[in-house]
Amino acid sequence: MNQNQIMGAKQNILIVGLLAFLFVAIGFVLKEKGENPESISGQSGIPDEINFNFNVKPILSDKCYACHGPDANKRKAGLRLDIESDAKAELPENPGLYAIVPNEASKSELISRIYSDDESAMMPPADSNLKLAEHEKGILKKWIDQGAKFEPHWAFVPPKKADIPKVKDESWPKNEIDDFILSTMENKGMHPADPASHEKLIRRVSLDLTGLPPTLEDLDKFVLGNSEFNFEAIVDYYLAKPSYGEQMTREWLDVARYADSHGYQDDSYRTMWPWRDWVIHAFNENMPYSQFLTWQIAGDLLPNATKEQILATGFNRNHPITQEGGVIDEEYRSTYVTDRTNTLGKGIMGITLECAKCHDHKYDPITQKDFFSMYSFFNNVNEKGLQMDAVQAKNRKYYADAPFITIDSTDLHGVLSFLNMPDTTAINVMVMDDSSHREAHVLSRGNYDAPTDLVEPSTPPAIMPFSSEYPKNRLGLARWLTNDQNPLTARVYVNRLWGMIFGQGIVKTSEDFGSQGALPTHPELLDWLAADFMEHNWDIKYMIKKIVTTATYQQSSIINPEKEKQDPQNIYLARGPRFRLGAEEIRDYVLTTSGLLNKEIGGPSVKPYQPPGLWEETNAGGNRGILTSYVPDTGDKLYRRSLYTFWKRTLPPPSMAIFDAPNRDLCEVRRQNTNTPLQALALQNDIQVLEGARVLASHITENTHEVSDAVKRLFNSILLRNPTDEEMEILSEYHEEYLTKFSENEESVDQLLSIGQYEMGSSDPTETAALMMVAQVLYNLDETITKE
Amino acid sequence: MDLKDEIAKEKLKINRRHFFSKLSVGLGTVALGSLMVPDLLKRGGTGLDSEMLKAGIPNFAPKAKRVIYLFQAGAPSQLESFDYKPLLRERMGEDLPESIRNGQRLTGMTSGQDSFPLVGSFADFKQYGQNGTWVSDFFPHIGKVADEICVVNSMHTEAINHDPAITFFQTGNQISGRPSMGSWMSYGLGSENQNLPAFVVLTSRGKGNSQGLYSKLWSSGFLDSKHQGVLLRSGKDPVLYLNDPDGVSRSDKRVMLDKIADLNHKHYDEVGDEEIHSRIAQYEMAYRMQMSVPEVMDIKKEPESIIKMYGAEALIPGTYAANCLQARRLAENGVRFIQLYHQGWDQHGNLPNEMAGQAKDVDQASAALILDLKQRGMLDDTLVIWGGEFGRTNYCQGKFSPDNYGRDHHPRSFSIWMAGGGIKKGITYGQTDEFGYNIVKDPVHINDFHATLLHLMGINHEQLIYKYQGRRFRLTDVAGNVVSGLMA
Repeated sequence: MNQNQIMGAKQNILIVGLLAFLFVAIGFVLKEKGENPESISGQSGIPDEINFNFNVKPILSDKCYACHGPDANKRKAGLRLDIESDAKAELPENPGLYAIVPNEASKSELISRIYSDDESAMMPPADSNLKLAEHEKGILKKWIDQGAKFEPHWAFVPPKKADIPKVKDESWPKNEIDDFILSTMENKGMHPADPASHEKLIRRVSLDLTGLPPTLEDLDKFVLGNSEFNFEAIVDYYLAKPSYGEQMTREWLDVARYADSHGYQDDSYRTMWPWRDWVIHAFNENMPYSQFLTWQIAGDLLPNATKEQILATGFNRNHPITQEGGVIDEEYRSTYVTDRTNTLGKGIMGITLECAKCHDHKYDPITQKDFFSMYSFFNNVNEKGLQMDAVQAKNRKYYADAPFITIDSTDLHGVLSFLNMPDTTAINVMVMDDSSHREAHVLSRGNYDAPTDLVEPSTPPAIMPFSSEYPKNRLGLARWLTNDQNPLTARVYVNRLWGMIFGQGIVKTSEDFGSQGALPTHPELLDWLAADFMEHNWDIKYMIKKIVTTATYQQSSIINPEKEKQDPQNIYLARGPRFRLGAEEIRDYVLTTSGLLNKEIGGPSVKPYQPPGLWEETNAGGNRGILTSYVPDTGDKLYRRSLYTFWKRTLPPPSMAIFDAPNRDLCEVRRQNTNTPLQALALQNDIQVLEGARVLASHITENTHEVSDAVKRLFNSILLRNPTDEEMEILSEYHEEYLTKFSENEESVDQLLSIGQYEMGSSDPTETAALMMVAQVLYNLDETITKE
Repeated sequence: MDLKDEIAKEKLKINRRHFFSKLSVGLGTVALGSLMVPDLLKRGGTGLDSEMLKAGIPNFAPKAKRVIYLFQAGAPSQLESFDYKPLLRERMGEDLPESIRNGQRLTGMTSGQDSFPLVGSFADFKQYGQNGTWVSDFFPHIGKVADEICVVNSMHTEAINHDPAITFFQTGNQISGRPSMGSWMSYGLGSENQNLPAFVVLTSRGKGNSQGLYSKLWSSGFLDSKHQGVLLRSGKDPVLYLNDPDGVSRSDKRVMLDKIADLNHKHYDEVGDEEIHSRIAQYEMAYRMQMSVPEVMDIKKEPESIIKMYGAEALIPGTYAANCLQARRLAENGVRFIQLYHQGWDQHGNLPNEMAGQAKDVDQASAALILDLKQRGMLDDTLVIWGGEFGRTNYCQGKFSPDNYGRDHHPRSFSIWMAGGGIKKGITYGQTDEFGYNIVKDPVHINDFHATLLHLMGINHEQLIYKYQGRRFRLTDVAGNVVSGLMA
């Protein structure tokens, strides 16, 4: 391996290896409880006091567990290093030798093997493609010399509130979170940034809590209002908006792999949008997260379940369903049950359960039997797999595979009154039921046709045993998940809330809290938040408010060179977050600032502009299903929030996919945040952006007398701040150039003003077109599409 | 200095160039190509969980520098193309012996059939080239380039339905979510060019019964999305959002980009985020794409002799022939992985008629591509692959008659061919039994195929690794053996 590994004592360092076309990023965040930077001995990167969870386990897991870990079938030499008693026992194949002799590295076989040059003895073996760096060897050696203490995996211990750390600058913290953040910063010799300006802060919090920029009116009201700047009241204002529920739902739709089509090859239509409307409703009602989960996992099993509770279980039917002719039903049924199990693992528990489907987990204490015990919770659904192919389904308007509930107009006056169902024809929505009891087995190699041992519904005991008081069904599973001793559920969700706000979670790998996942950068804070969340009855709005009212959140995001050098990824949060908006937020930003946004909530998904021909070029041909050609909607349906954009799995809306939206085939909890030329093209040439520029330009032109005022107002509308003199100069010059140019070029003016369906107002065409050019510049600025 | 060092040195040079050009003020000169190499401007590296684990790639001198994959979506019948089985004609209508089927699971489309009548090829076969390669009369042009190609009659897979089978072929796994082959190449080898993506996709469709395509087939999965395949489309907007709106000229666009860059620079001065520089560079790359893509896609300057080689359809945008010609142009311009899909090969019924049409769509242009690459000296380092996602049964699906029949999906054996970059010329590799049902010699699993493909590109398939969700992933997952018998 051509990896030059150098330890960064303070943060991740990018190393350009010598031989390397490889740019090997070896990030190694030294974190330990009660962290003390003085104890880090410079470049060698070996702390004075070794912590098992934070220093040792990541090495053992990544480099040793594959052969000496939880997977019994692959275990070599009978040595198991993830369990203390086994790790310290006499080696079964080498009597008299011990892998680990506490306090005596020199007598520990583990140490002699990792330092060995002898290919027949060295560990990891030469053919494993794995290699220990020198500092990793050093850590293991020192750990053994310090007594080889084991600890349970941090994420499997129920979170508890540690004492709030003492900080030097007591005037800075606004709540407990700040104490944790500042204490770490002070330990690192870092200082918080100045507070963000009020304009920036309002823009930031509005985007975070509602996914939309603030209106100019709100901005004026809050910043220029006569009373004192009251940030807490502003937070409450945004939390109370219905757009808050939409923003929270956006994230949950990725977790739930929500789509408006079945996926797989014919990928025809399904009616799951009422479930999506329920999610919006639940967030806006501030349903406790524990209840939110319980209803989605087991709403149908609650006593006297209401139709709303049953609708919530649509969560577990959002997976793709094949309509391909000639499939073997049981193969796919097993695939669906697996998908539910994996989604539970990744989306709710933050554990890679799926790794234990074909064999015991290689890194985490989850056996294959554990996997199928979880699987068995979802195995009793009265589903038959394929019931109709896309052609039949189209002819018979069959858009939901059984089991489903039927929703008709009578429901709209009852418990489902939150549904936005303009067409009152009854529709079917797929839900869970357990009316088809099946025995569940471990499936050999995960194959549907190779059942072995019988299993019962249960949960991995290493995480938390399944209480005998729980019913052995999904309701029991929900009880287990939402028990306040469950070590994962609250941690995983607060970590994601944190990630939504700061750009990355306290545990960066929000999908994996296991041995191979990233370590928390602020472990005590994460635990404090998780415990606090549960103490407050899993109150999501409370938690969000707690986070955004911190001084940490309210810092300016300006990056000075020193901070850039010290903490390029902003792990220690010595400045405010700054990152590109998500796909939906970018489009919604244009709709909002241009005044086009249609604020209607919920209802069947809509079809905004999309480059023509995409569905037609890739569909299965002719008449298979009803999603073979894309016909954009007209009128104000074009301007709904992006949350409502029709989602066809095999060809997701390109304006979303280009900005890193997943395709929704699988549960996703963390989107990439890339920066590509295709994004530049989309922002320049997507009809929706161009139309937004036109409509805003037209509106401002109509309502402004002075040309220079027009540019300023445009700037205010899009950037939500005043331009600097320099910025005004650049833009005014540009504007004037086009005023002149367009006054002699009617054709260009006509062409530009004909983009998009929205009707032109009575503004002067030349002025409008010139201002539209300026608006296009502004919509393409980094600042515009960035939360800062 | 050994070869490996030399390669590494070259790579380092290239990357230094990228590195310094990015640091210089002239961000306008940064190439789109660096889209495809690790992004040095990305703050703090690639991150803890996405560490790059490419060990010294290329691991050895590559035989091929680029791939053109002519994917025949829907699964063309091997029995009417390259796997000649006269016995099936002799025993036309007889039931498939149970000893031959030997427990093979059937799709839901034929599992209910009372009998499995064998059916011989409607098309006759002839032998071509120095080694007498058998090719059916549906593919006379391909027959004529038999000395350039290597027919593999012993491909096999586990999947029996289209979606999992094609997903397996493209990503090494039946379940979606893994990176596509082209994305792995882009990740492992970066881009060879300055103005175009490393991985592009072209689609076309015949008149035969077809199956849908899905963007997941060219998805980068868990790899950075810069490695995603870029769909090049026929018509006025070859890359999504490539065209400026009417009313905005090229010079208008240049001025606009300069204003955007000016304002972005000013904002950088204020907030100090390197991501802004990266954004400015991406806008420049986008501009360069706007100029270079239409140029590459414009076949007007191709001489008549070339059009004649590929066939008149090459002049009709969006046809398979046009895409083949396009593929050659993209290859010339340094695109690493060019993925074509031609839909329409799913002949459950009406096979003789439909397959004749499908073959006509692809025969001449596929062969022309080989000849065209050869005459330009590019065949030696361009790997061309032709084939579908599985095979078709030797027995009839539905109503049987010798001149109108269908074939169901068959995973146990099927045929593809390869040519160019490091592939043996003029041979037929692997063999099925006389029923054309089971492989009797030299089986090639899809994992083996992937391992071989990577090998030809200079990559040890066990060392092209990406760590995601705590696990080390490969295109070949935990399997795959390089098939040396295929390589020259």
